[in-house]
Amino acid sequence: MDTVVEVVGVSKRFTIRKDKSLKERLVNFRRSARHAEDFWALRDISFDVAAGSTVGLIGPNGSGKSTLLKIIGGILSPNSGHVRRRGRLAALLELGAGFHGDLTGRENVYLNASILGLSRTQTQMYFEEIVAFSGIEPFIDTQVKFYSSGMYVRLAFAVAVHVDPEILLIDEVLAVGDEPFQRRCMDRIKQFQRDGRTIIFVTHGLDQIRQLCDRVIMLEQGTMMADGTPVEAIRMFRDKYHEEAGLQPAVGDRRLEIRDVTVTDGAGTPTPRFAPGDPFGVEFDVWARQPTEDWAAGIAITDSVDLTVYGTNTHIERVDLPPVSGRHRVRYRFESIPMVEGQYYVTVAVHPRVGPEYHRRDRVVTFKVLSDAGSSGVVHMTPSLDVLDLGAPTE
Amino acid sequence: MSSRPRIAAGPALGSPPGHGSVNVADLPLEHVNARQPFVSGFVGTAREIWDYRELLEQLVRKELKVRYKDSVLGFFWTLLRPLLQLVVYTVAIGLFLGSGRAIPEFGVYLFTGLLAWTLFTDIIGGCTGSIVGNAGLVKKVYFPRELFPLSVVGAALVNFGLQLSVLLAAYAVTWDWPRPRNLVLVPLALVALVLFAVALGLVLAATNVYLRDVTYLVEVGLLLWFWMTPIVYDWTKVHQQLVVSHPLGWLFRLYLANPMANVVLSFQRALWPGGLTARGAPFYYSGDLYLRLAVLIAVCCGLVWLAQRIFARAQGNFAQEL
Repeated sequence: MDTVVEVVGVSKRFTIRKDKSLKERLVNFRRSARHAEDFWALRDISFDVAAGSTVGLIGPNGSGKSTLLKIIGGILSPNSGHVRRRGRLAALLELGAGFHGDLTGRENVYLNASILGLSRTQTQMYFEEIVAFSGIEPFIDTQVKFYSSGMYVRLAFAVAVHVDPEILLIDEVLAVGDEPFQRRCMDRIKQFQRDGRTIIFVTHGLDQIRQLCDRVIMLEQGTMMADGTPVEAIRMFRDKYHEEAGLQPAVGDRRLEIRDVTVTDGAGTPTPRFAPGDPFGVEFDVWARQPTEDWAAGIAITDSVDLTVYGTNTHIERVDLPPVSGRHRVRYRFESIPMVEGQYYVTVAVHPRVGPEYHRRDRVVTFKVLSDAGSSGVVHMTPSLDVLDLGAPTE
Repeated sequence: MSSRPRIAAGPALGSPPGHGSVNVADLPLEHVNARQPFVSGFVGTAREIWDYRELLEQLVRKELKVRYKDSVLGFFWTLLRPLLQLVVYTVAIGLFLGSGRAIPEFGVYLFTGLLAWTLFTDIIGGCTGSIVGNAGLVKKVYFPRELFPLSVVGAALVNFGLQLSVLLAAYAVTWDWPRPRNLVLVPLALVALVLFAVALGLVLAATNVYLRDVTYLVEVGLLLWFWMTPIVYDWTKVHQQLVVSHPLGWLFRLYLANPMANVVLSFQRALWPGGLTARGAPFYYSGDLYLRLAVLIAVCCGLVWLAQRIFARAQGNFAQEL
C-alpha cells in the first residue's frame, strides 16, 4: 500500500511561561529563565499511515493526541523529526473554527469552504448539497450568531465533509447534532472510507473506534504505548484507565450498610474474568445499624460508558425480604452472562421500598468479559449462518 | 515546502464529492512545514500565497463585511473619520493657527496627506492585531499565516478607494483639477507605501503574538509618527527651522528619510492642485520625488523580504503561543 502520511521521529516541546507583557518580562527577568518549564507533549513518535486506512488515536486527556493531529495538519511544527504527506488535507479540529458570527450562514459557507481548501466555483457547485446536508435551509441567510449551537455545528460539519480531501483529520467532533444527523455524519465518514480516503481521528468513544478504525494508536504522556488492531488497543486502554478511574465512593445515610461486594462464578468463588455465557453471581453483606423492616436490595451492571446493561432489585421482583438486624449476606446468581467483550461495573444498593437509599455503592467492583468473537453491541449472541442458493431469479 | 495541490489534483470538477475514488499514489510525498532556507524561502511562500489567492479574497471580503455589519451608516463610517479629521485640522490649524491663509486650497492639501496616512495606519494597526485577533483560526486550520496581515492590507486598500471619492468630490466642487503629468506619482507612492506598511505590519503581527505590548506601542508610535510627517503642516516650516535658522542639515535629511514623508509629499505634489498657483508653488517639495520613490521602493522590497523571513521564523510557534 502507498504511504499517505509519514511521521518520523516527531517530538514536540512546549515551554510553559506565564509572563506575557513587557513589564512582566522585565520584572521577572532574572526568574523567567528558571520559571520557564519545559513539557514534552510528544516524544519521538514514528508511524506510517497507508492509503485508505482509518487510524484512531486514543489516550487519556493530555496525552498528546491533539498535538499530534495538529503537527500532521501543519498547524504546529515539531521541535525535531518531520511529517510528510500526500494529497489534500482537511482538518476538522474544531467545527466552525472559521465561522464568523456577524456573517450569514451563506457567507460563512463560502469563507469556511475556502479556508478548508475549496475554490469558489467548487463551493458554488456544492452549495445546494451543503445546505441540504445541514438541513437548515430556512436560516441560511441569517447571521450565524443567532443560530442554535446545533445548527451551527451542523452547518460546519456539512461544509467540512464536502471539502473532498484525500486525508481527513478529525478531533473529537463527531459527537454533534441530533441522532439522525449523527447517523448521516457516520454514513458520510463510511463513504469516505469506501472511496479509499485516509482518516486519522481522535476520540474518546471506544464504540466509534470499534466501528470505524482498522488501526489504533494509543498515546500516553506523549509516547506511543500501543499500535495495533482496535480490539487489542481498546483492551489495553480499558485495562489501564478504566479500572481505577471507574470505581466510585459510596452514598446514602447508611442505616443499612453494604460491605464486601464480590463478583463470583455463581458458585461462590470470586472471579474477575468471564467468557460470554459463563455462570455469574454478585454477593454482598448487609449490616443493619438499626433493625429495619422496610428494605430491598438491588444490583446494576454498567459498561464502560455508564450504560446500564442490567439492573434489578428485590422490590421490583416482588420478593419480600425478612426484617434485618445484624448481618446478612445477599446472593444474586445468574445462569449465564450473555454479554459481549468489555469491562463492566457492578453497582449495589439497599433502599426502602419508597424513598432515598440507605446505602448505595456505585461501580464498586469491576469484572471483564473476554471473547474471541469480534461482535459489537451489548448482548452476546451466537449466530448460525446459512447462505442458500435460490437459483437464477425468475421474472 | 507544503504547497497544496491545485484543484487539478482533486477529483475532476463536476463529480459530486465523496463519490469519486481517489488515487493518491501519483501525488508527491511532501514535507509538512519543512524548515525553509532563510534566504530563498521567500519564493516558496510567495508561490503558496498565490495558490491561496481565493482564500485571501474571501478574507478581505470578511474584513470588509464584518467591520460595519449591523451599523446603520455602514461604509459611511469609513468616510466619516477622515472627514472629521479634515474639519478639525482645517479649523484648528488652517483657521486658528493661520496655515490656511498661507497655503491655498488648504482642505485639499490636508486631505491628500490624510488619505495616505489613513491607509498607512489602517494597515499597520490592522496587521498588528491580525494574528492575535484570528487566534481561533490560527490554532485550528493551516494556511499561510501571511494571509491574515495581507487580508488587512486588502481591506485597507478598498477603504482607500472609497475615501478617494471624497477627493474627487472636492475637485468637482472647486473645479480645480490636478495636472495629469503629476498623477504618475500616485501609483509609485502607493506601491512604496504598501510595501513599507506590509513589511512593518508583518513584523508587528509576529511580535504581537509574543509580546502583547506591541499593540499599545504601535498606537503611541503612530501618533508620534503622524507629527513627524508633513501632513497638517508643510515641509517648508521644517526646512526653515532645521536648515535656514539652524545648521542642522543632517537632521533635515533624516526627517526626509521617513518613508511616509516621501509618500505624503508625493501625494501632495500629485493630488493637490493648490501648488500649481504662484502662491502655492513653494509648498511642493523641491527635491526629485521620482528618484526618492524609486530608492524607497527598492529598499522596501528588501524590507518585505526580510520581514517575511522573520515572520516565517516566528510563525511555527504561533499556535502554541496564542
